[in-house]
Amino acid sequence: MTAHVLTDSWTMTRRELAHWARQPGQALVALVFPVMLLLMFGYLIGGGRGVAGDYMDYLVPGMLALTMAFGLEGTMLNVTQDLTRGVIDRFRSLPMTNGAVLVGRSAADMLQSAVALALLTAVAYTLGWRAHGGPGALLAAFGLLLLLRFAMLWIGIHLALVAGRPEMVQAVQILVWPVGFLSNALATPDAMPDWLGTAVRWNPLSQTATAVRDLLGGQGGEPGHVGAAVTWPLVLLAVFFPLAVRKFARLGS
Amino acid sequence: MADTAITVEDARKTYGTKHALDGLDLHVTRGTVHAVLGPNGAGKTTLVRILSTLLRPDGGRIEVAGHDVRTEARAVRRRIGLLGQYAALDEQLDGRQNLEMFARLHHLGARHARVRAAELLDRFDLTDTGRTPVARYSGGMRRRLDLAASLITDPEVLFLDEPTTGLDPRGRAEVWAAVRSLVGGGTTVLLTTQYLEEADQLAHRIAFVDHGRVVADGTPDELKSLTGGDRIDVVLRDAGRLGAAVALLPVTGVTVDTDRRLLSAPVTDRMSALSGVVRALEAAGIEAADVALRRPTLDEVFLHLTGDANRAKEAA
Repeated sequence: MTAHVLTDSWTMTRRELAHWARQPGQALVALVFPVMLLLMFGYLIGGGRGVAGDYMDYLVPGMLALTMAFGLEGTMLNVTQDLTRGVIDRFRSLPMTNGAVLVGRSAADMLQSAVALALLTAVAYTLGWRAHGGPGALLAAFGLLLLLRFAMLWIGIHLALVAGRPEMVQAVQILVWPVGFLSNALATPDAMPDWLGTAVRWNPLSQTATAVRDLLGGQGGEPGHVGAAVTWPLVLLAVFFPLAVRKFARLGS
Repeated sequence: MADTAITVEDARKTYGTKHALDGLDLHVTRGTVHAVLGPNGAGKTTLVRILSTLLRPDGGRIEVAGHDVRTEARAVRRRIGLLGQYAALDEQLDGRQNLEMFARLHHLGARHARVRAAELLDRFDLTDTGRTPVARYSGGMRRRLDLAASLITDPEVLFLDEPTTGLDPRGRAEVWAAVRSLVGGGTTVLLTTQYLEEADQLAHRIAFVDHGRVVADGTPDELKSLTGGDRIDVVLRDAGRLGAAVALLPVTGVTVDTDRRLLSAPVTDRMSALSGVVRALEAAGIEAADVALRRPTLDEVFLHLTGDANRAKEAA
């Protein structure tokens, strides 16, 4: 039965890929959205309160981290939609590996996020942004970003299983945005009131953004944040991964 | 018992304070169709969801194909097919993609899965649907694909939860034909329905369920003889003649519904009752708007079995 973990997970991942092939428009919008945000904040709104030097240098790592965090919404929406559709009953009445539905979801979401990262980075390059570390540093930065996404993924799955209905996702969306903006992704906490700056510095998203800035040699990087950028997502995973798996196994009790 | 495909003893399931299953007992013989009839909220769907391992019971001994649904869920899942009330299909994918995916999840090899999907599409007349996503299927096509998906591994036990609700007569006939051919092949079928006729057409035995218990279980003939069999309905043009008509009709046990100008009575010999009633009305010069023989309705069977008018009203 454990022999089927991989084939079942692969079957479920292929299902998600087939959905993309069916509705490339939706997949495209999800990829273009962070690019739009980058252009908007980079040129249109022209933020960067308190940021010294080139704002794009500060903004690009922040947008990469923000894109990972916002992935939570997509995961939640997909999981809640699956739960309300009858097909989940078919999956649960098949002799397949229990967690394969979730593994397929996470594989597809991670793949989507990796593509989103690559696209956003490529757009930033064409706009003149440069990573200052070597290729090793860039890879390490991507690793940290995807680790954050992986943590967000399992938070998203857990919240979706708890909420159960797509309508609830809207409530979470309303919360995700302030939490995303309550970070140093777009502006430095130094320019904020003390109480706000403290909250912003504690945000796991800020830890990842700062570590990525450090690795890529951009504005706002501080050494010593890589450890926190690894630890925070792992702590979140340690909490939400078992909660989500348990919640899924208990569907129907 | 080797010839028992489904054993349910004292099954219990509570949602909050509502007892969805309240000590339900049911034994289904291998290779037969057992219908579970009852009003909405009687516990039919809860029973099917527990038997197909989607829902955990609170208590009771519940075995499907010789395996406990709680402790041997995976063994049960290998041996069952499920056609739920709502299509359990991936709406974004086409029929072939759905069947191949489910076949793979039944752990058929890639090639075997393709062959099986093609066979089933052909058998259920879905081969020409091509790349059309299920979301654009008609209700009947969706039901056929759903049934095909339930039959990927030729299950020992098939659960059908109100399989024809919402289907047109043609769709209904198709599902019935498929069920008959499966039972011919030795599959055990547990079918829930709100239609007496459906149970009558398909089932070897019928269990009446209400308030989470089986209130009667028997062959269709046994149950029908309990209710007194067929009825004759006479609708008069003039409500004023109802009393006169009751007195002269050659039947007993007549009930009168003044609002609908309707007389109704149980009959034993259908044809002699019909001709007797028509002749009596003609002789007395009473005009009838309609005279019809009919089967007892679910409500009437139910009323008879429970002997409780209030509960029958809930059923209606």
